[in-house]
Amino acid sequence: MMVVRKIAKYAVLIAIAIFFLTPVYVMLITSFKPLDEVSLSEMWSLPSAIDFSSYTHAFSELAPNLMNSLYLVIPATLLSAILGAMNGYVLSKWRFKGSEVVFTLILFGMFIPYQSILIPLIQFLNSINLYNSIIGLIFTHVVYGLPITTLMFRNFYANIPDSMIEAAQVDGASFLGIFRQIILPLSITGFVVVAIWQFTNIWNEFLFAVTITNNNAQPVMVALQNLSGSQIVQWNVQMAGALLAAMPTLLVYILLGKYFVRGLLAGSVKG
Amino acid sequence: MKITRDQLMALLFLTPSFLLIIIFVYGFIGWTGWVSLSNWNSLVPDMSFAGLKNYIYLFGDYRFQADLRNTVFFTILFIGFVIILGLGLAILLDQTKKANSLFRNIFLFPMALSFVVTGVVWQWLLNPSTGFNQFLQVFGIQPKWYTDTNILAGFQWGSIEFGLPVAMIAVVIAAVWQMTGFSLAMYVAGLTGIPDELREAARIDGASELQIYRKVILPMLTPITMSVVIIMAHISLKIFDLIYAMTGSGANFVTDVPGVYMFETTFRGNYYANGAAIAIIMLLLVAIFIVPYLINSRRGAS
Repeated sequence: MMVVRKIAKYAVLIAIAIFFLTPVYVMLITSFKPLDEVSLSEMWSLPSAIDFSSYTHAFSELAPNLMNSLYLVIPATLLSAILGAMNGYVLSKWRFKGSEVVFTLILFGMFIPYQSILIPLIQFLNSINLYNSIIGLIFTHVVYGLPITTLMFRNFYANIPDSMIEAAQVDGASFLGIFRQIILPLSITGFVVVAIWQFTNIWNEFLFAVTITNNNAQPVMVALQNLSGSQIVQWNVQMAGALLAAMPTLLVYILLGKYFVRGLLAGSVKG
Repeated sequence: MKITRDQLMALLFLTPSFLLIIIFVYGFIGWTGWVSLSNWNSLVPDMSFAGLKNYIYLFGDYRFQADLRNTVFFTILFIGFVIILGLGLAILLDQTKKANSLFRNIFLFPMALSFVVTGVVWQWLLNPSTGFNQFLQVFGIQPKWYTDTNILAGFQWGSIEFGLPVAMIAVVIAAVWQMTGFSLAMYVAGLTGIPDELREAARIDGASELQIYRKVILPMLTPITMSVVIIMAHISLKIFDLIYAMTGSGANFVTDVPGVYMFETTFRGNYYANGAAIAIIMLLLVAIFIVPYLINSRRGAS
């Protein structure tokens, strides 16, 4: 009985795992097919030979946008992480009357549908000549990334015992001194978690990208959507494009998945 | 009361971010609200006061009524399946010890993908003339997936047929594929947090494994379920990119949602005031879930 049950459990897990991996299988085999093998009836069959032409095609289409995404995601991630660390430090170790209200007000910003700030945002970016620019997009992601990075660092710093701060104060350390000499050295994991989370989210983000930029400033997700939206582009190129666009965040997940999951759990408000 | 140097520094750290949030979140929401009460429905801004005209228009609008219907069914199905699948998998992984991290990684990796990528792939997989339908052919069924215009159990309501839009099921499948990892991770963390002694004690008291789950473990996971519901609800209420990339509005707007409508009417049609009104309605829907949750969890924390 026990053995049968055990086998049944694994069978269910394996079946669901296969379902979860199906899209990857289809993406991979389709992207390696030459154009004449891409047909509706042979969707599931393996390519007769590995063909990289859809990758070269997709890459030539997406390369400038991949670079845009890179120029966007690196500064936006760093800036929002640094500001989040500063806010988290104050909101966990230097609480004041009303600091909980301030924190809740900041936190709400993470749940709003961005449609509800989009029209003024575009008017604003337009008025300071940052509309349709990567800098405008960086600014946007830094501002609307503040709630989540503040939350993550605040929860992270809550685990650093207050007694350490108090001891340092007794020794005459100042607000900045404690931040530099105690908090920051203990923040490496925090920065890794927050950076991975922000990197993934900003790389994958679409609404800001598609409304704030057009043509040459567009990040890769907008270009991918345009690629798949055009009728003439074949499925093999679309799948190759999707894999190329997904590769950076997938790699981060494969290499640093543990931290990604920690970010995911840290982002669920508790604590 | 004298403010010390340190306290002043603390305020200096926090103030820039707080001001940004006040302006760019609250100020801009107010601004959007103002636009939604204006006559700005062309390229040229016209901020003359229109009262509730745009809202009244929307609630009588076929497309917006369809959007609300689609959102209701999408939200219910999406949250339901994410929770059942996530909890089921977490419990299975809790009982089987081998290869756990491999399975967890497989169920979680879609979380690292963009909704756009998910949309592109699932559009291909659920294409009625290929994809999964090639397997289903064996059983003689050929669902039309996201191209189906049927409304299940529909009845006339306003200007639309209210019921489950069959096409929405395809979108739900893609969304569940992407987001189940979230609830799984939450439940796995919750299960790890339950001390073994508790199960041991229940076992000694003669409880069966099933009873232990039903009477001891599931009740302890209720707060996690609450969090998952709230977070999935806010994702589902503001969903845009998945649908935009996978299906678009669909025939008769069977897969349209407020997020897509807002985007198209504002940035493709230049109906700014209408778009702003949709955005404000979306915000209010999200706030119904989020505000009590935030107040509650803050109260619990401090």
